Amino acid sequence: MHQFKFDPVRLPESAGALRREVRAFIAAQVAARRFDPRLNSWGSRDDEFSRECGRRGYIGMCWPKCYGGHERSALERYVVVEEMLAGGAPVGAHWVADRQSGNQILRHGSERARQLILPRIAAGECYFSIGMSEPDSGSDLAAVRTKAVRAEGGWSITGTKVWTSFAHHAHYLIALARTEAKDANRHAGLTQFIVDMSRPGIGVRPIYNLYGGHDFNEVVFDNCFVEDDMVVGEVGGGWGMVTRELAFERSGPDRFMSTFQLLLESISKVGGDPDECAATEIGRLCAHLATLRRMSSSIAGALDRGANPALEAALVKDLGTSFEREVPEVFRRLLPVEPTLGKEASYGELLGMTVLHAPSFTLRGGTREILRGMIARGLGLR
Amino acid sequence: MNQANQSTLAAGSSTDPAAEAAALDAMFVDTIDRLCADQANRALREQAEDGVWPAALWAAFDEIGLVRCLVSEAAGGAGISLCSALRALKRTAYHAVPLPLAESMMATRLLQAAGLEVPEGVLTVARLDPEGAMPRVAWGERAGFIVTVGAGGDGDTVSLLSGRATLIRQEKNLAGEPRPTLGRAGLQQVAHAQLGGAANLLELYGALARSAQMAGALERALHLSLEYANERVQFGRPIGKFQAVQHLLAVQASHAAAASAACDAAIDASLDAPESFLVALAKARTSEAAGQGADIAHQVHGAMGFTREHSLHHVTRRLYAWRDEYGGEAYWQQRIGRLICAQGADAFWPMLTGL
Ligand SMILES: Cc1cc2nc3c(=O)[nH]c(=O)nc-3n(C[C@H](O)[C@H](O)[C@H](O)COP(=O)(O)OP(=O)(O)OC[C@H]3O[C@@H](n4cnc5c(N)ncnc54)[C@H](O)[C@@H]3O)c2cc1C
Repeated sequence: MHQFKFDPVRLPESAGALRREVRAFIAAQVAARRFDPRLNSWGSRDDEFSRECGRRGYIGMCWPKCYGGHERSALERYVVVEEMLAGGAPVGAHWVADRQSGNQILRHGSERARQLILPRIAAGECYFSIGMSEPDSGSDLAAVRTKAVRAEGGWSITGTKVWTSFAHHAHYLIALARTEAKDANRHAGLTQFIVDMSRPGIGVRPIYNLYGGHDFNEVVFDNCFVEDDMVVGEVGGGWGMVTRELAFERSGPDRFMSTFQLLLESISKVGGDPDECAATEIGRLCAHLATLRRMSSSIAGALDRGANPALEAALVKDLGTSFEREVPEVFRRLLPVEPTLGKEASYGELLGMTVLHAPSFTLRGGTREILRGMIARGLGLR
Repeated sequence: MNQANQSTLAAGSSTDPAAEAAALDAMFVDTIDRLCADQANRALREQAEDGVWPAALWAAFDEIGLVRCLVSEAAGGAGISLCSALRALKRTAYHAVPLPLAESMMATRLLQAAGLEVPEGVLTVARLDPEGAMPRVAWGERAGFIVTVGAGGDGDTVSLLSGRATLIRQEKNLAGEPRPTLGRAGLQQVAHAQLGGAANLLELYGALARSAQMAGALERALHLSLEYANERVQFGRPIGKFQAVQHLLAVQASHAAAASAACDAAIDASLDAPESFLVALAKARTSEAAGQGADIAHQVHGAMGFTREHSLHHVTRRLYAWRDEYGGEAYWQQRIGRLICAQGADAFWPMLTGL
């Protein structure tokens, strides 16, 4: 049985100054009306803001300097990330590239891919999408049918990806494709490719979400060419990489802070002298949030030590996304406000936006059921 | 206070104090595990519930230094830190030890805070109400000494009482641990001191201790559930192979992990005294997890877990009892919520990151 470990971490000396610096930066941006924090989360994007983050060294923080990184610790990155989320900063453009694609390329990419791509990600000007899911392959990721076949100097990719977040803005997409026919070992024969979205043979079609927004897409590859040195890692070794990547994807504060702005607005709206019920509910959410922060930062500490806290990450994501989903439910019970469809920052609109985004929290990045299956495996039950 | 400082200094004398403290804590936990494997069995817990004082086990805990762990070495104790004591307490709860170890620690700290000497013997703590009654005193009749806190005319006081208290009402908590309501008559005052905020301090120590105990008991409940799920066969396979049961256990593991994290956060911050906000968060979080974790443990155990024969109840009834002692989750949630609202939304995030 896996011993789930959440060792306490002490934030490095530098973290306090870094935190103040990011906080001041965000406050200045808000004061200059560069963005409205209430409307933003990691689901919203602003290329100019991302470039500013790049200039300030807030992207690719843990990567080597030779690739444009800043050689800081995962805990320092943790501080920046949580401050961005707490401040409602529009970090969506660079989020995926910074959180996972860049790490993949750094660890498993070719030297050319690293040199070509990482400095631009770190500069906040190169954005990524994740091309894993397909019409017939959701939780069962090994069922992907998108195929890559050998072509002169590289590979030719054909197939359809869905739910590809921000593919319509991305410069690159990391696609998981079959490079060998499926045999007894379904996890073998899968390979990850860095696909340049400006190449011919790629069609991107919007899919409107529950809220009416255009975040995700269908992406169709029709004999799209990818050079050999844009293969990530070993040909046929994609599965292992994808599963390891998830420790990064799943453990961060983005997995429990999606509704943080609503929480803040709601505390304001409840006011300084809450009734018993409101005080109790707010206190409960706070106890959950404080605990999640402790657990998530502990995972950042484990990543710094070179551990692979994939199971802990699954556990934190399950708890964290449940928390995120509870926030709108709590306040729609407490406050006499009908949620409204609209894109302004009134409380009703904020609540409406959150209610209609909430169902996705326990789906994206691995569903609640899949996470619980992973935890159960860690407990030795499977 | 002095004693606490001394022990901190003693622990800090090596090159890496954190590593040394962690090693010492692990050693203490090992010792507790061995001792409990030998002695803290079901028969003993059942006898304790029937009112038999587990004298041998108490003596064994005294022997390894846990009973007087917070008393300085100079005064004949083990002189360990509050954090280490709480971690040890967490482990005793994993073994559902039916002894007032938490109370002994709390009594020690209150006496120390009031500048009073810590006597040898079984200690417990009580709140003295204005009519002179002490409600639900843990092991109140068995304890040789009761440390009471009360609000007097000129502030809170701490008193060390001994003797035979008057029994007002014989009560037990859901785990069958004695919680009699006692009257002051028959008790002699051994020592007495003013201590501002003593009542509050007792509540914080109580909440912190119960948080640690619940985290320990939740871990045990999870282990028992896993064991049972791997053994119990239905429809031709262990029930742990059914996805529905796996998911129950995954959720139980999450509750246990969250409770442990919340309680560790409070323990780590309570160097010399309970860190009040973190204690509030810990009690709110662990009390909530306690009920949920115990519920799942029972669901997984089926009817067998609903019996007195199976040992699950030794931890689950403690969870159902402890979650409400020293304030249930709603009590602490409300206090946290009021504080947050009073400070306003802008102060919320800085407060969280300042923890
Ligand atoms: C907002 C959003 C953004 C997304 N962005 C991206 C992206 O950028 N790139 C990308 O590749 N994908 C993305 N996804 C897709 C996401 O990864 C999938 O939704 C997820 O993996 C689940 O797949 P599915 O939707 O096909 O559901 P299914 O796998 O069909 O699952 C449907 C239901 O069945 C349950 N289920 C399935 N298998 C099991 C099982 N073995 N045991 C128990 N229950 C099971 C699931 O838990 C779920 O409740 C995004 C999804 C959302 C909602």
